[in-house]
Amino acid sequence: MTQTPMTTNTKQFSFLAAARALAAHKVVWPLAALAVIFFIDFLISPNFFSIRMVEGRLFGSVIDVFYRAVPTAMVALGMAVVIGTKGIDLSVGSIIAIVGAVITWRIHAGDPHLLILFWALGVGLLCGLWNGFLVAALDIQPIIATLILMVSGRGIGLMINLLYGGTNPSYTSALLQGLSTGHIAFIPTRLVVFLLVFVVLWALLRHTALGMFLESVGGNAKAAYLTGINARLITFSAYIICGLTAAAGGVILCADTHTSDPVSIGRNIELDAILAVVIGGGSLAGGRIYLGMTILGALVIQALTTSILSSGLPPEYNLVVEAIVVMGVLLLQSANFRNLALSVLARRKR
Amino acid sequence: MKEKYLPLTATIVVFLALFGIGGLLYNNFLSTLVLGDILADNAFIIIAAIGTTFVIISGGIDLSIGSMIGFVGVVMANLDVVGWHPLASGAMMLVFGLGFGALQGLIIDFCDIQPFIVTLAGLFLLRGGCFMINLDSVPIRNDFVHDFASVSIPLPGDGELHSSALVMLVAWLAAIVIAQFTRFGANVYAIGGDKTSAALMGVPMRRTMVGIYALGGFYSALGGVIYALYTSSGYPLAGTGNELTAIASVVLGGTLLTGGVGLVAGTLFGGMIFGLIATLINFNGTLNGAWIMIIGGVLLFLFIVLQRFLVGSFRLRGAA
Repeated sequence: MTQTPMTTNTKQFSFLAAARALAAHKVVWPLAALAVIFFIDFLISPNFFSIRMVEGRLFGSVIDVFYRAVPTAMVALGMAVVIGTKGIDLSVGSIIAIVGAVITWRIHAGDPHLLILFWALGVGLLCGLWNGFLVAALDIQPIIATLILMVSGRGIGLMINLLYGGTNPSYTSALLQGLSTGHIAFIPTRLVVFLLVFVVLWALLRHTALGMFLESVGGNAKAAYLTGINARLITFSAYIICGLTAAAGGVILCADTHTSDPVSIGRNIELDAILAVVIGGGSLAGGRIYLGMTILGALVIQALTTSILSSGLPPEYNLVVEAIVVMGVLLLQSANFRNLALSVLARRKR
Repeated sequence: MKEKYLPLTATIVVFLALFGIGGLLYNNFLSTLVLGDILADNAFIIIAAIGTTFVIISGGIDLSIGSMIGFVGVVMANLDVVGWHPLASGAMMLVFGLGFGALQGLIIDFCDIQPFIVTLAGLFLLRGGCFMINLDSVPIRNDFVHDFASVSIPLPGDGELHSSALVMLVAWLAAIVIAQFTRFGANVYAIGGDKTSAALMGVPMRRTMVGIYALGGFYSALGGVIYALYTSSGYPLAGTGNELTAIASVVLGGTLLTGGVGLVAGTLFGGMIFGLIATLINFNGTLNGAWIMIIGGVLLFLFIVLQRFLVGSFRLRGAA
């Protein structure tokens, strides 16, 4: 925008108007942030974009960003739905811890591994039901209601580990580890799994009335109720969806290390997921669900983490850089801030 | 009784009931000694929660509390190494907290970004700042720390009111005065009740919003100073997760996260309920880490349900 061509007035105006409209579009700034991060990575290491084949799969830094973003993005999809209903779910990290513990427990008990996937989803469903019960049935404010499971969930995971001894038991499972770290025809399996979950969720929200109901409850729960929507049931379903996506993220995250480590698995993932939703333009005030934009948000966060690690900056700088970049993206999304920046720039030109 | 005092009453009833149950379960629980210790141990978090009460009443939220507590401690400890007096470094950090909070408030109001996100960035920034300064625990060796800890007022019984608890009570009273008896306090309630109406009525929005978060930042910095003096050290991981405890204390104290409803007075009791949970678990002494987490969650659940039930039944009686 600083390089506005100084031609005739009318042309300049139309260009400015187009630039303004572009700047106000929600997809621009997260995409620009991702592009800038990738560009800086390219400057630091010129072979950043090189993708090669290693042992029959695609390999490279960009693939790595996508690969590592999957668990956060998966959790963020469900978070986007909950946030769309004006709620929030702080317990996703704890759900992941419980899922990891249950998976390991059932594998040690000798269940068929396909069944274990249903165990994992069952845990997610149960946790979602609990959160939904507190929020929708008991009318407890979401941040406090989900805090209960957040506080106790990792303890539950530790207790499940203790059921059969062992503090941090590990497992081997061709199926589960294949889902997480394997590949189908060059492409990492977890990307395929993620795409599948995304398509199912997208179809559920956009090809049934559920998406509209969720957004209307988030926009104004009372008005939604008065138009005949069962607001409680809809809120319930949001937390169930979030529990299920958290469980799916948990399966992938846990198979990564094939260990049940309830204390540290998925730590702070709730914050990353919420940030992903917000960078993707979702408002915590509810009423809107942007699934695709949420994935973009998760990619921005992961690209940032990966580039800090690969740039050789000490990891202590990670949080500060993350804070600054996130604030930068959000400030640019704010119309007031853009106008202020523009007027400051214009004054300097004069 | 006025309806606005119902949640506060419910919180106090819950607190007293649990204190009584503790007395039934354990010998020597019902004493001013235990009460004084609960106040002193949780003073820093209650102080931070008092500041957050303003933020929450205005309909916002402040997640940067825990990191602020850690950051203040780390800076004070490092300044202690180069010979600063804790009072001087503490005063500087209070100003820093005020300024940092004001900046957060300005961004929230001017750029119209959700408080949750701005203060989440604040959380990352301050915690990252801790890590950038140092990664180990640094002791504060100044004699003042010892002198500060030795100040106390004896209570009837064996107990005493420690200096940190005294600071907390003074901060609490000051906050009650600000909330209930100043124009600023009325403006905070007005903004929380309905932002648009408040603006139309002539509430100075920007000044009030900046003031609210500045107050929040000041109080959490004060909590950090008290924590640093209480533990006589600065540790970069100190206060991790304390923002959630503080917010939960505010909510247990009867303040609604939706804004406009709540009393600063309740936050003290909300925070003391959390202290009571920890003390009850400690008195048992046989529970392992996993059980402590689970019971913490169960007790939180019981408190919330009990409080809702009490408020509900009071309302019914009032209506009849």
